[in-house]
Amino acid sequence: MTEKKDSGTSSLDDLFGDFAELVLENVTIELDELKLALRPMVQQMAKSQAAAALSMPKSLIPASFTKPLGEYTSSIQEITLGATKGQGGTRGNTITVGGHTAPAWDLFQAPPKHIPVVAADVFDMPISLASVVKTHYKEVLDDPAAWAKLSVDKFGADIITLHLISTDRQLGDTSPNDAAKVIEEVLQAVKVPILIGSAGDPAKDGPVLAKAAEVCEGERTLLCSATVDVWEPIAEAAKKHDQIVLSWTSIDINQQKELNRRLLDFLEPRQIIIDPTTAALGYGLEYAFTIMQRMRLAGLLGDTELNYPISSGTTNAWAAREAWLKDPALGPRELRGPIWESVTALTLMLAGTDIFMMMHPAAIKTVHDLIDWMKERRDVKPEDYVDWTKMTIPEGV
Amino acid sequence: MVNLPGPLEIYPLLPGTNCKECGEANCMAFATKMAEYTVKLQACTPLFKEAKYAKKLEKLKVLVTPSVREIVVGTGEKAAAIGAKLVLYRHDLRYLDPTSFFIDVADNMDTEALTKRVKEIEEWTYMYIGMDLKLDGIALRGVSKDPQTFAKAAKKIAEISSWPIILCSLDPAMLAAGANAIAKHRPLLYAATMDTWTEVGEIAIKHNLPLVAYAPGSLENLSTLANTLRAMGLEELILDPGTISGSLLGTTVDNFTQLRRSAINMENDILGYPLLVTPLSVWADHRDGEAPELTKWNEVITAAAMIVRYADIVILHSLDMWTNLPLTFLRSNLYTDPVKPVAVESGLMEFGNPGPDSPVMYTTNFALTYFTVESDIKQGNVAAWLLVVDTEGMSVQSAVAGRKLTADTVAEAMEEYGVAEKVNHKILISPGMAARISGETEESTGWTVKVGPKDSSGIPKYIQQEMWKKE
Repeated sequence: MTEKKDSGTSSLDDLFGDFAELVLENVTIELDELKLALRPMVQQMAKSQAAAALSMPKSLIPASFTKPLGEYTSSIQEITLGATKGQGGTRGNTITVGGHTAPAWDLFQAPPKHIPVVAADVFDMPISLASVVKTHYKEVLDDPAAWAKLSVDKFGADIITLHLISTDRQLGDTSPNDAAKVIEEVLQAVKVPILIGSAGDPAKDGPVLAKAAEVCEGERTLLCSATVDVWEPIAEAAKKHDQIVLSWTSIDINQQKELNRRLLDFLEPRQIIIDPTTAALGYGLEYAFTIMQRMRLAGLLGDTELNYPISSGTTNAWAAREAWLKDPALGPRELRGPIWESVTALTLMLAGTDIFMMMHPAAIKTVHDLIDWMKERRDVKPEDYVDWTKMTIPEGV
Repeated sequence: MVNLPGPLEIYPLLPGTNCKECGEANCMAFATKMAEYTVKLQACTPLFKEAKYAKKLEKLKVLVTPSVREIVVGTGEKAAAIGAKLVLYRHDLRYLDPTSFFIDVADNMDTEALTKRVKEIEEWTYMYIGMDLKLDGIALRGVSKDPQTFAKAAKKIAEISSWPIILCSLDPAMLAAGANAIAKHRPLLYAATMDTWTEVGEIAIKHNLPLVAYAPGSLENLSTLANTLRAMGLEELILDPGTISGSLLGTTVDNFTQLRRSAINMENDILGYPLLVTPLSVWADHRDGEAPELTKWNEVITAAAMIVRYADIVILHSLDMWTNLPLTFLRSNLYTDPVKPVAVESGLMEFGNPGPDSPVMYTTNFALTYFTVESDIKQGNVAAWLLVVDTEGMSVQSAVAGRKLTADTVAEAMEEYGVAEKVNHKILISPGMAARISGETEESTGWTVKVGPKDSSGIPKYIQQEMWKKE
């Protein structure tokens, strides 16, 4: 579990650029827990009685309610990322994800064992970004260390994912040793756990991630990613240097099981996190949602090939044109973009995502808020619910 | 966990005459589709017309009634069918009756403003992969606290619009006036509470209208209220456990989840009704003069969470594109049939009668990618060949990263579908997102590869301006 850090950001307004002046309010209400009981037989009887005699009841006819508890035989693996000095690393804190014993956010069953976290994406070279994202990073695009620091200090990222895309043969073909230098710079710049992403170049991913595993010895980093095409050198390196592997497949639950089986030949269960691919809202999100939901449920029911924490490349939300198109008819993209990333994240959060790899500061803040709002059941008195039927809303908004 | 009737349970209860009035070849075919919930029982007209089938019909109704009943609000073509949920998880079958979006109108608006707002609600639309995304209904709020004003506004809306209406007030006198004014349009009454159930229940009985049971803050109270309304003979119910956002959003999500789980997994019949959520509640915290964007932001977030977590009706205030696009997209996504394949057939597609001079583009066979590209080409009204490469259902970007879209797979598809025989040029337009394999593709195919737009919305302009022919 991670402590929520003071990110220095209490307002969404600077996160939207200069779009509007917006203030966030925090509300906390504590109330007693409801006591509920269900007796289906009694209810069936009440129903048949009601059908028999339709005379007007003189008073309320009590019906009880019982929490609809499910039966789950197993739990999701608990995985710790990062290591402090005492643990052989150099991080200021560690982060543990997973460990769940219930479907995502079924608070009545059990709250999340460890709350989800946000990993901010950092790239080792300037890349093309949607302009409303780029505006927040324009000062640091050619300095990964500064980029990582900005993401943690100002935007509140729990983790940094360093994407070594310049190692791609088409994008600079930098060497594993060059990559190692960047990793060291980022490790110096921030104290949070860091994750390492490769470029997606089949010839380079193996050697680059192997080097990363070596450089990060003791740090318990996540190597992103092993795929069905390139997995063995990554699994070997993770084994040798005790790192964790992101097992990445493309919306195919059988492929995910297959890849995890192969990885388990090298690794312990505590060394795997899974990513079944995130598709954007409007462009396949439902596939990601359903596969994550199925994996979480399968894991809870004892499928040891699927009971791993789930990671989502939530930044993929920006692949939806509706997120970034400059079109006045669609409203301000300063809001449309980050709400797209936020809704994509929220949907997958409800399916069971544990790690969100994200970029827009307002979306990162929204996900942190949501986690805070949803992490426990807080009961509410009937009178705390407003009568919205007669409230006045200013006209024209 | 989910016990749905099979065709063999349904078939014996059908007339068995193979009359084809339902449009199916025979009663067994109809029974099969009934079991998949792809046809409605009403399509079997003899069952309803002929008295001798009355017993069978009653049995069938019980057999195929979903755990969460279907409630219809409004009349005619625009009537909203709400609920009809059979499963907790969409992968167990699919979700029926997509969440209905009702937008609020205050009863104290002047006629001109009210008319304008109703028009804006009706006209809100967006074209998404060949579908027109729309909103569904109007929620009239009794802000005036005056029954006459409320009734007058209800009448006005029913006069200018055929869309379904929810009459929203916790005051029975308001609801009585509103129901009197527009009962024949079958509005939904919002709401009966622990205090007003007698009076509001009677209004619903008198006009035969669907009714919301609202008991915030206690699922036991809500069960009691629903139980009581049922005892009055009211069967067309919708449940509202109350909506609070912000730090209590988790409680709201949890309440809805418990209700839906109780109805479907625990077969708690008292709770087998659609659920209503009110993200517009966030406007109670909005102060006049404040920038509305943050309130809208919270409204979207609350609505999105509850669309995922089982809301069958959502009442919203915001009408912006940036607020309602993500919500209508989300609804569309989650209510898609999960057995719909991720991939479409690979092959060479033709648009607008392409000839030997027409451009050749390629894309992947991920369904959403394909439908988006298809929709963009059609909207551009251009003639073109589109080669659909089998990438095992991955989008362009993922397929390039995952090595499913490579120079070799493109070359193989070109060969397999005989692209060279269709045109008299050797120019292939690649998706912008596949730029990094364009060099290798030139080698593997022997064609000139032009990198097209990164997003397929740029295709019409790219083709119309013949940019692919330029050096």
